[in-house]
Amino acid sequence: MKSIVQNVLEKYNSDATRLMDILIDVQEDQGYLPPPVLAEIAETLDISEVDVLQTVSFYHFFSTEPRGKYSVYLNDSVVAEMMGRAKIAEAFEREAGCKFGEVTEDELIGLFDTPCIGMNDQEPAAIINGVIFTELTAFRVKEIVNGMRAGLSVEELRAQSLGDGMNASESLHSTVDNNIHKTGAVIFSDYDPGEALAAISKESLSPEQVIERVKASGVRGRGGAGFPTALKWEFCRKAKGEKHYVFCNADEGEPGTFKDRVILTERPNLVLDGMTVAGYAIGATEGILYLRYEYRYLRDYLEKILADMRAAGQLGKNAGDIKGFDFDIRLQFGAGAYVCGEESALIESAEGKRGEPRDRPPFPVEKGFLGMPTIVNNVETLCQAAKVVVKGADWYRTLGTSQSTGTKVLSVSGDCKFPGVYEIEWGFSVNDILNMVGAETGEVQAVQVGGPSGSCIASNEFSRILSYEDLATGGSLIIIGERHDLLKVVVYNFIDFFAKESCGSCSTCRALTMMYRKTLEKILAGHGKRSDVQAMLDWVPIALASRCGLGHTAPNPIVSTIKNFRHLYEGRIVNADETFESSFDLETSVAEANRTVGRKL
Amino acid sequence: MDKKIVATTSLAGCFGCHMSVLDIDERILDLIELVEFNKSPIDDIKTFTKHCDIGIVEGGCATSENVHVLKEFRKNCSTLIALGECAIMGGLPALRNNIPITECLEEAYLNGLTTKDNNPDRILPNDEEIPMMLDRVYPIRELVKVDFFLPGCPPTADLIWNALTALILGKEMDLPYEVIRYD
Ligand SMILES: Cc1cc2nc3c(=O)[nH]c(=O)nc-3n(C[C@H](O)[C@H](O)[C@H](O)COP(=O)(O)O)c2cc1C
Ligand code: SF4
Ligand code: SF4
Repeated sequence: MKSIVQNVLEKYNSDATRLMDILIDVQEDQGYLPPPVLAEIAETLDISEVDVLQTVSFYHFFSTEPRGKYSVYLNDSVVAEMMGRAKIAEAFEREAGCKFGEVTEDELIGLFDTPCIGMNDQEPAAIINGVIFTELTAFRVKEIVNGMRAGLSVEELRAQSLGDGMNASESLHSTVDNNIHKTGAVIFSDYDPGEALAAISKESLSPEQVIERVKASGVRGRGGAGFPTALKWEFCRKAKGEKHYVFCNADEGEPGTFKDRVILTERPNLVLDGMTVAGYAIGATEGILYLRYEYRYLRDYLEKILADMRAAGQLGKNAGDIKGFDFDIRLQFGAGAYVCGEESALIESAEGKRGEPRDRPPFPVEKGFLGMPTIVNNVETLCQAAKVVVKGADWYRTLGTSQSTGTKVLSVSGDCKFPGVYEIEWGFSVNDILNMVGAETGEVQAVQVGGPSGSCIASNEFSRILSYEDLATGGSLIIIGERHDLLKVVVYNFIDFFAKESCGSCSTCRALTMMYRKTLEKILAGHGKRSDVQAMLDWVPIALASRCGLGHTAPNPIVSTIKNFRHLYEGRIVNADETFESSFDLETSVAEANRTVGRKL
Repeated sequence: MDKKIVATTSLAGCFGCHMSVLDIDERILDLIELVEFNKSPIDDIKTFTKHCDIGIVEGGCATSENVHVLKEFRKNCSTLIALGECAIMGGLPALRNNIPITECLEEAYLNGLTTKDNNPDRILPNDEEIPMMLDRVYPIRELVKVDFFLPGCPPTADLIWNALTALILGKEMDLPYEVIRYD
């Protein structure tokens, strides 16, 4: 009988560019990746062992050591903290009898922290063996751990009613909730599977005409950067290469963002048709939907939809009845790394490597996946484009503002009555949104717009308009009430996130994220100086010398709060003496050596 | 023009940075025209006898004595320069920073190849005359405000010369690429 490892390798034709899939499958079977298995994988793939190991070591869900029969990954994002994560973590430690970062002695339970898992509207939440557990309470934790001791399966442990919408469907069967509080005209409106392709074939649209229509609509990227979608497609179509590729970016790693998860749950056909339309426009034959590992629970559901699409002729040869257009889509999972949402890192990861961003140029539209012209678009962008193809650019331009056409799906979380997903037209103010989601404006201290990489604004900016021309956002709004210590709870959590997620390629990003974190720690400990606050502003141009957006935006949590909440920093400066650091204490620093050699101070 | 008064010291460093100061070669004669040395190994003055304009510090802080000297420098010098990698980041001595100080002491005096058979009484030095060891090696900016950082291991003589003369004459520092590159 062949070993499981050999079976997995065979499944992926011993193709080294499928290393991520191979490692994920093996780990799901064995619980971890034992070094001898890595050696076997390296040998069969004919690559060196360190090549395998460097990929393994990059992603935090991979482990070369056992992580317990039940591996608990408890979200430690800021909203989880705001919703009482500390109590849940305590309960897990108490019940399981081990600390976070450890595995119980009997190797039954492993407890681990993980950054935002895309469930901010139903925190505290955890992933246990790939299954999502939401709205945890200390009582539930006790039940869950008892269940683990009794040997229950993860599905049995869950024992919770299924979520709303398609979450309750047979192939998804998840307790996750959509919490769609507002539907709009583009995404959460009626859509028949295959409709976008039918429009192309009915109107006999050429790829150029599709691009023209998308261009006329003014659709811009919804992944954060707001790049004009048609332009990206046009560049890619014109780039020379044997093959062209479409990537849908469902990495959704920005803490506070979860709308792509809901779109994939409720409008999967719109997303996949969007990929197909894009594939037609750029002349691709293959599309890859890259999902973060946290969304692994969507796999069977999406695979089934892909199978249905193939059966309906929407994928495969002459896809969507468009003559000569052959196109198929596969899923690709990551394994836990925020930076993989950056498009070139995403491509590296899909090639089986460490998710380290590439130097650009060349941009992916010229040299992307396997060196071929590639577009990477956000889940929501592809949906918007597909709808434009169906309903036309004129219709689309009636939505939103003149510069920001269409709708935007927001992920709203934090201190408000109705956290969840809202599809609004561009052009609403932050105040409008606060009213919409049931946040008491008088009790809102700050709103974090666009996640940690965005900005933290105070009430004087709540009249700003969500749009590319004013307050652009990938759609995450975290509402922070008056009761929270903004620097200690929110800003520290964000800068710690960047320090942990920096891929380390650039010394500027690697060192500065640490320096920002350390300096904030110093200020929080009451040892800060005015010059420390100034220094953190002065470092920004250096951060901008980094290779990718992570390094560029990592200072934002601190810089935007220094700008908008300066008094919070100044209130903590008690050390007026600029020449000596009060954080250094001689007595403490010689204590251990003196103890060891037996000497008194 | 009055001569500027300069003090220098080597804390947890190897004196390489001081050697690099001497590497300015014949320009040392010009330097002597511009400055007067106070506390420094160069003239062997052990304690500050007056307030200095410029203090140059090589090496980080590894012991209580380093801390004492550094604080004296900060008090007695208007401008403080961190000279070289060790002063700026801790440098080679800071390689011990990831190892607990107890383990370092045990390796050095009890278990090391040259000591393990030669220290039958298993003595760890604890005489009051000896400075106390810090838990780790600290870059000097973690203790005091530093006005200028001159990088390198050691910084080149040209870098030191350019920086010092600019400071003394109140000019912009001229730091072309050749002077601050390390490849
Ligand atoms: C660190 C980092 C993380 C990112 N994460 C995501 C993500 O999770 N999802 C996403 O769509 N775009 C993300 N992006 C932006 C992508 O690089 C890219 O711009 C986007 O997918 C393009 O799609 P769009 O034009 O449709 O917006 C990230 C960028 C950076 C620098
Ligand atoms: S900026 Fe940071 S995350 Fe981006 S490539 Fe450089 S080190 Fe990696
Ligand atoms: S920086 Fe280099 S030359 Fe200067 S003291 Fe340190 S090790 Fe010696």
